[in-house]
Amino acid sequence: MALLEIEQLNISFGGIQALQGVDLKLESEEILTVIGPNGSGKTTLFNCISGVYQPDDGQVHFEGESLDGLSPDSVAKKGIARTFQNLRLFLHMSVLDNLLLGRHIHFKKKPLQAFFRIRPEELRHRKIVEEIIEFLDLQAWRQARISDCPYGIQKRCEIARALAMEPRLLLLDEPIAGLTSEEKEETAYHITEIRGRYKTAILLVEHDLKIASRLADRMIAFELGQIIARGTPEEVQRAPAVIQAYMGDE
Amino acid sequence: MSQFAQYLVSGLSTGSIYALVALGLALVYRSTRVLNFAHGDVATAGTFFAFILLGLKLPFVLSFALALVFGAGLAMAFYFAVLIPAQRREATQLSQIILTLGLGLILQGLVSYFGGTEPQAFPFPLSDTKVYTFGGVIISQLSLGTIGIGLLTSVLLYLLVQKTRIGLAMRGTSENLPAAQTLGIPTRQILALSWGLASLLGVLAGLFLAPALLLDPFFMMEPFLKGFAAAILGGLNSLPGAIVGGLIIGVSESLAGGYISMAFKNTLAFLIIIVVLLVRPEGLLGKEFKERV
Repeated sequence: MALLEIEQLNISFGGIQALQGVDLKLESEEILTVIGPNGSGKTTLFNCISGVYQPDDGQVHFEGESLDGLSPDSVAKKGIARTFQNLRLFLHMSVLDNLLLGRHIHFKKKPLQAFFRIRPEELRHRKIVEEIIEFLDLQAWRQARISDCPYGIQKRCEIARALAMEPRLLLLDEPIAGLTSEEKEETAYHITEIRGRYKTAILLVEHDLKIASRLADRMIAFELGQIIARGTPEEVQRAPAVIQAYMGDE
Repeated sequence: MSQFAQYLVSGLSTGSIYALVALGLALVYRSTRVLNFAHGDVATAGTFFAFILLGLKLPFVLSFALALVFGAGLAMAFYFAVLIPAQRREATQLSQIILTLGLGLILQGLVSYFGGTEPQAFPFPLSDTKVYTFGGVIISQLSLGTIGIGLLTSVLLYLLVQKTRIGLAMRGTSENLPAAQTLGIPTRQILALSWGLASLLGVLAGLFLAPALLLDPFFMMEPFLKGFAAAILGGLNSLPGAIVGGLIIGVSESLAGGYISMAFKNTLAFLIIIVVLLVRPEGLLGKEFKERV
C-alpha cells in the first residue's frame, strides 16, 4: 500500500477545470516533485490533499484512510504537514513559539495539562523543537520575531514548523522560490537531509527545474490541471508534451 | 492634592469596569474581527441570572460562579449555533456583527420579560457605603474590590494568553487562522473558548457594577459604550491596550466630572479618544496586522 494514493481527482472553480482526472501514488520516504507552469493546478493539488478544498470527485487516501471531507486541522492530525508559497507564519511571534505551535497536535489532551506547561512533557516538546532549530541552523534566530527575520530565514522557519509536527508526509510549495542561489543550495541540502533524518515522504512543487530534478526520485508534470508526463526526472524533462508546455510550439 | 487623588481612585475603580468590558470586546475582535454588540446584553443577562439565584437564597460565591458560567455558555452557544452556520453560508464580517446586534436585542427582550424593567437593588458581599481612609483618600469597600478584581483578572488573563499552551493556540488562531489550521489546531474550539472567556469577563464587570448602580435591563448600556470606546482607544486587537484604554477613560471622566462639571464627564473622555485616534489611528497599543501578498 502506498503512503498517499490519489485517484481520479477533479475540481473546478466556476467553469475552470483546475484539476482533471489526477492520479498519483507516493511511497513512504519518497520525494516526488511536481512541475508545471503557473496556474497548472499544482497548488490546487496541495489544497485538495490538505483539506483546504474539497474535490468535486475522486479520492485521496493517506495510509489507507480516506481524507474525504476532513477539515485542514483534521488532515494535519493524520500526519500531513505543509508549507505555503507565500508563507503563513505567525509574524508577531518568536521563531521558537512558531515551532512550538507546530507541536500542538502532539500535546496530550488532558484538560488540566492544557492550562499548565507540565514539566516532563513540555521538556520533551522543547527538546524536539531545539533539535530542529539546530538541524536547520536557526540558532541565531530562535528568539527573534518572525517579522524581523529576513525572507530566507522565514522560509526556513516554515519548513522547521512543519517538521515540528513530525509528519509522515510533507508538502512543500515552492520552498526555494525567491531565495538567493546560496540559500537555494542550502534548502536543497536540507530537503534531502529531512528525508533521511525524519523518514518523511515529500511532495514538492518547484519551478527551478535544475534543483527539482536533482532532488526528486520521481517527477510529475502538470499542464491545465492534467498530468502530462510522469517518470524519472530525465524522462519527464525529455517528454515532448513537457518541452512543448515549457517552450511553446515550434 | 488629596482631592486629585480622590478623583484618581474613583476613576480607577470605574476604569476597571470599563477595562473588563473592553477586554472582552478586544478578545473577540482580535480572534474573529467581529465587534460583539451583544457584549453588554450578555453581561446584563448574566448579572440577572446571578440576581435570580441570589433570590433563591444561594450563597454569593456559588451564584456568581454560576452566572459567569451562564454568560460564557450563552456566548459559546451563540457561536456554535448561529455564527458557525452563518460562516458556512459565507456571511461577511458585517453580517456577523448584525447577528450579534440581533442577539443583544433578543436578550434585552428576555431580560425585560423575566426580570422586569423596574430598577432593583443588587445584593453584594462588598458594601458601597463602608469606607476606608488612606492618607485623606476615601475609598469604599466596593471600589477597592472592583480595582482588585480588575487587577487580578488582568494578571490571570495575561498568564493564560502568554504562558499556557491554550494561550499560545489562541494567539496563533487570532493571528493567522489558516496557518493555525494547517498545524492541526482545532480553531473552532479555540474561537468558541475566546467567545466564552470574553463574555465571562463581561458578566464579571456586570456583577461588580450592579451594586454601585441599580439593576435594570439597560444598566450595562453606558459601560458597554465606554468599554467599546476604551477598546478602540487601546487598539481593538490589543489586550493590554484594552486595560490601558479602560483606565484612561475612567480616570479622565472622573477628573472632568470633578474639576470642570458633571456635564463634561462624558465629553472629555470622548475628546481624548478623538485626539488619540487622530494622532494614532491604530490606537494606543494596537499594531496593524500586515500580510505579505
